[in-house]
Amino acid sequence: MVNTKLYFQDFWRYRHLLKNLISKDIKLKYRRSVLGLIWSVLNPLLTMIVLAIVFSQIFHTNPVNADVSFAVYLLTGQLVYNFFSEATNSAMGSMLGAAPLIKKVYVPKYIFPLEKVSFAFVNTLFSLIALVIVMVANRATVHPTILLFWVPLIILYVFNLGVGLILASATVFFRDIMHLYGIVITALMYLTPIMYDVSILPKWVTPFIPLNPMYWFVSMFRSLVIYGEMPTLNMWIGTIASAIVALILGLFVFKKTQDKFVLYI
Amino acid sequence: MPVIKIDNVTMRFNMAKERVDNLKEYFIKKMKGTLKFEEFYAVKGVSLEVEKGDVFGLVGLNGSGKSTLLKIVAGVLKPTTGTATVKGVVAPLIELGAGFDMDLTARENIYLNGAVMGFTNNFVDSKFDEIVEFSELHEFLDVPLKNYSSGMVARIAFAVATVTNPDILIADEILSVGDFLFQKKCEARMKELMAGGTTVLIVSHSISQIERLCNKVAWLDHGNLKMCGPVEEVCEAYKSFDPQK
Repeated sequence: MVNTKLYFQDFWRYRHLLKNLISKDIKLKYRRSVLGLIWSVLNPLLTMIVLAIVFSQIFHTNPVNADVSFAVYLLTGQLVYNFFSEATNSAMGSMLGAAPLIKKVYVPKYIFPLEKVSFAFVNTLFSLIALVIVMVANRATVHPTILLFWVPLIILYVFNLGVGLILASATVFFRDIMHLYGIVITALMYLTPIMYDVSILPKWVTPFIPLNPMYWFVSMFRSLVIYGEMPTLNMWIGTIASAIVALILGLFVFKKTQDKFVLYI
Repeated sequence: MPVIKIDNVTMRFNMAKERVDNLKEYFIKKMKGTLKFEEFYAVKGVSLEVEKGDVFGLVGLNGSGKSTLLKIVAGVLKPTTGTATVKGVVAPLIELGAGFDMDLTARENIYLNGAVMGFTNNFVDSKFDEIVEFSELHEFLDVPLKNYSSGMVARIAFAVATVTNPDILIADEILSVGDFLFQKKCEARMKELMAGGTTVLIVSHSISQIERLCNKVAWLDHGNLKMCGPVEEVCEAYKSFDPQK
């Protein structure tokens, strides 16, 4: 118990570091671009337009049922998935990026993956503006449940943090995990129903779908934002259980290995 | 009550000739059975106690483990065996400019570096003028740090690190940066801190500087503590040291 208290004191002391690092990332990301923060909105919007054109003009299909606008469907999936991939990818390199710092001064090391996941969260919040624009443009029905849009994002934040902690410590020891993870991210993107509906998948795949945590996060977000339904019990279990397992595993791995980081970076 | 208590500390590094840092090589080497580490002891069973208000110098040849010991005290390294207990807030000046981002301006870096030291933004706000005053870089505040000379970076770093009265100040060769006027200013600031009860731990290759500032000195040789005691005694012995003997 004494230990836990010390941890919180440590975290409290360094909360400003977390804040400063996030604002540093924001400043550096947008300092040299004329459009600045608008990129956070424009980026998902443009990607969505490309995909929408590919599906509607080239494949001549609407991969989802007709009463939902494909653009909104696509963008919701993309937004949730991008949060996951951006957060975990940047958390993965966070310890290596912090090398000059942690070689010289003591700072709690988990600050760095935590910062990257938080920064990705901030970016995701900005991208929500793109979603609002697309929903308005498509005259999508707005349900009261949309007010709960943040719930799956918060649970996903915890999930990302757990995965990010594992990746951050693993890459310190094995750099090629970065390349491997790039492939995992791409594969998982196609396994997650972002640009299609699960109903188009072959029968034999169906039992494996619930094993993909991202399926649950995307479904929960859509059920609140698009369909106006409260998430099903399975969605709650799928998301919360993934988040808790990832976080516990992440904290365990990170705590076990963090003292050795300095020797390997 | 010692503020720094180093108890039988040993630090071991793996000095692999070729470092394995990816999965592919790791598995290939593991299968071939050629995964080798060479152990290197940077610090061997050193015990030290530093009392509150001491100005403690560390001397020794290059590679004798001085900086490793400082990093252990600063909490950067965890000793392989033994314990290092440190009471109070440590301001490490191990290499100046840790936590500076070269793309940010000096103003932004002052806040970032302050946060690395565990200061709040409000606190840095209140001390901002003092920091700028000390570093004498008024006209360059909104210039990205990458356009600074290393001496200018060092000025800011020193100014931020010493703006509070830390309980313990750890300084590794920092006084060798900057022009002679700034060096004098740094020394004066350190004297001021010492007068305020700050415990200081210094590594320096300048014996005259150690003699001028410190009251106690430890002499490290190849990771072993060779001598520890009052400044005159240890410095005399160190100066007449002949590694050939």
